[in-house]
Amino acid sequence: MASTTDSVSSRRFRIVNALWPAGTWLIALCVAAPVLALIWVAAGGNLDHWQHLAQHVLPVAAVNTLWLLLGVGVLVVCLGSGAAWLVTAYDFPSRKVLNWALLLPLAVPTYIVAFAYLDLLHPLGPFQSLVREMLGYTSPRQFRLPDLRGLGGAIFLLGFVLYPYVYLSMRVMFSTQAASLLEAGRILGLSSRGVFFKVALPMARPALAVGVSLALLETLNDIGASEFLGVQTLTVSVYTTWVTRSDLAGAAQIALSMLALVVLLILLERHGRRRQRYSSTQRMRPIQPQRLKGAPALLAFVLGWLPVVIGFVAPSAYLLAETIKRLHEVGGVSDQLLSSTYNTIYVSLVATVITVLCGVVITWAVRSARSRRPRMLQFLSRLSTIGYALPGTVLAIGLLLPVRLLDDAMNWVRSLFSDTPASLIVMGTMAALLGAYVIRYLAIAVGSLESGLARIPPSLEQASRLLGETSSGTLRRVHLPLLRPAIGAAALLIFVDTMKELPATLLLRPVNFETLATWLYAEAARGTYEEGAVAALAIVLVGLLPVILLARHQLKSGH
Amino acid sequence: MSALLELDAISLAYDTPQGLLTIVNSLDLTLERGRIGCLLGASGCGKTSVLRAIAGFEPLRAGRILLDNQVLSTEHKRVDPEHRQVGMMFQDYALFPHLSVEKNVAFGLRRWEKAARAERVASLLALVGLEAVAHRYPHELSGGQQQRVALARAMAPNPELLLLDEPFSNLDIDTRERLAFEVRDILKASGHTALLVTHNQAEAFAIADRIGVMRSGAIEQWDTPFQLHKHPVNDFVADFIRREALMTQRAQAYLRGGEAGEMVIS
Repeated sequence: MASTTDSVSSRRFRIVNALWPAGTWLIALCVAAPVLALIWVAAGGNLDHWQHLAQHVLPVAAVNTLWLLLGVGVLVVCLGSGAAWLVTAYDFPSRKVLNWALLLPLAVPTYIVAFAYLDLLHPLGPFQSLVREMLGYTSPRQFRLPDLRGLGGAIFLLGFVLYPYVYLSMRVMFSTQAASLLEAGRILGLSSRGVFFKVALPMARPALAVGVSLALLETLNDIGASEFLGVQTLTVSVYTTWVTRSDLAGAAQIALSMLALVVLLILLERHGRRRQRYSSTQRMRPIQPQRLKGAPALLAFVLGWLPVVIGFVAPSAYLLAETIKRLHEVGGVSDQLLSSTYNTIYVSLVATVITVLCGVVITWAVRSARSRRPRMLQFLSRLSTIGYALPGTVLAIGLLLPVRLLDDAMNWVRSLFSDTPASLIVMGTMAALLGAYVIRYLAIAVGSLESGLARIPPSLEQASRLLGETSSGTLRRVHLPLLRPAIGAAALLIFVDTMKELPATLLLRPVNFETLATWLYAEAARGTYEEGAVAALAIVLVGLLPVILLARHQLKSGH
Repeated sequence: MSALLELDAISLAYDTPQGLLTIVNSLDLTLERGRIGCLLGASGCGKTSVLRAIAGFEPLRAGRILLDNQVLSTEHKRVDPEHRQVGMMFQDYALFPHLSVEKNVAFGLRRWEKAARAERVASLLALVGLEAVAHRYPHELSGGQQQRVALARAMAPNPELLLLDEPFSNLDIDTRERLAFEVRDILKASGHTALLVTHNQAEAFAIADRIGVMRSGAIEQWDTPFQLHKHPVNDFVADFIRREALMTQRAQAYLRGGEAGEMVIS
């Protein structure tokens, strides 16, 4: 009796089980599509474009981008590792608070810090007026600080909001380093500064590589700050080449050169991560901070809080003050701002749900295929996470071609059944935008779910199967409930990142569709600044949520 | 009595970077309905792999596994674990942390009628003496209580065969033996057929009707506890059982504060 029903039901379950790897294949192909399309378009483009680009656009943009990367790189290394060492090795008033407060600038997107500082440091703005008053000048003509616009200003601002990537990885690294190694350094004749440069820093090099590469990927991704500050970077060139000159092949060619930089940065990050695995296995007595008193304590206090004030407190306080002023004067917000807010929440929620679902499909396919062909699925799972490294503009340009093909195909199918005129089905709706968000943030979902699944012992799965549950039923009744914290954390991060996303949104949004980020961008580009502060403050406030989460998890685990 | 479980010359092996590593080589075993069998051996002898193969988690390299004359596994075919009518108690108990004791026990009864399910859960909790903690969560229970929840959960759907993987290894020495007798009583009261694996001879002798002493992937002797003790088939079995007994007695004597040297070994 059992044998016939067994084989029949087994076949049905085989089909259901085959859906997981099939879904993984589909998702991985969708992620790879923009990169492949980019190469295809760039190669197929007119050679005249290449010549024009190579002569006029690329050299300037490439040089600007390289200087920007170099400058931001140096600044985040100094700020990030300096701050991490300060709170690891020294004890001074407010050290405990500073420990997590140093992460706060992560909540401020690059385009918002530029937006805020342009007004804050304007020759007629509050800061310079104050300085003039203190020095006794009456007119900006007599005294003014150097203009923020330009490469130097961009490096300064990006450095002060991106250093937390380095700070975080270095802080965790330092807190797992053994005190005995540093003490050995002291006994062998190094000063306390020598210990930092000769022992602690070299040992933390892998962590440094990881932090710097993440900060530089963000730098490459930035469009708002460079645009506002008038720095013609590769990202800005991609945008103008496509939007103002409608030159897709040209944009693709610039995007491709950015991709080369991205690959270099990913290699740096992978290299760091590989080395990290070996160096932090030992767990010994952690470094005991040295207590500071008097002037050194004051110096440490000032140095420690400086990045927090510049990267977070000052811009947020400015945005808050502007928002209050605006609300007080006007007594409310415009309908446009409300509809942008609604759009932002709506599109971010949908993108979050789709991204998490894709993450579940991929991680479950890999998990339940452990005994069969895991290699291929593991590769596809890795492939599906490359989006995090793609700058938004590169991703958007890469998506344009597949999206066009898809539109053509759908119109062709529709023309078989009816006479309605062709339209942009994917491009004209939010579909393309959602696709970009999912591709860009899938790595968060996959990473979070993978580590969540790794914590669930395989015996739970086996117990469920022996109690008569199928593989998919086991996912629903055992793993999904247990994964709720991991899913929640991933969803929060994806939601916030989507909400803040600017470059891809600018390129792929449907006509007249504004999110808070694009609306702020338009305000700043017009120089109107009216309600920009309200939108910016909203983004920063929501952006604080994952930073708080991060501070609670990462830094606690370091102790 | 008829044979319920038959292992017919099964072989198990893993792919390793160094090549195929054979774990179990052409092993035969027959267990009659209603009996409690036990595979006894040192760690690494392949006993747990045999259990996992019966549950359907390990592919066979050769041989067949039959349950009630139905073929469960061959070299080419494997019935899914959920269709095997086999229950298992895991070494780490594998209790679902997000479900209460009651829900854990009811996990395998989702196709039952609501009233029948509630009745079944209540009677099992009564059988293992856990009515009082029905609404607690696994992490709120002692090790012994967790173990009994795992047993009740595995028995709930009334499987033809119960597998117990090192059922007592997570408990302290004092509770071990008491629980071994308790589990035997529970299994006998419900009439279940069971196969357990352990490295602890005292447990095996306390619970099993049939014991198989294993060495490197093969059963040296499959017999009643009495026969194993009185007529070991070879020196390995004799040594294994004697050494274990000696060590147990020494340990007990030591714990009582006596002199281990005074113990006389028969």
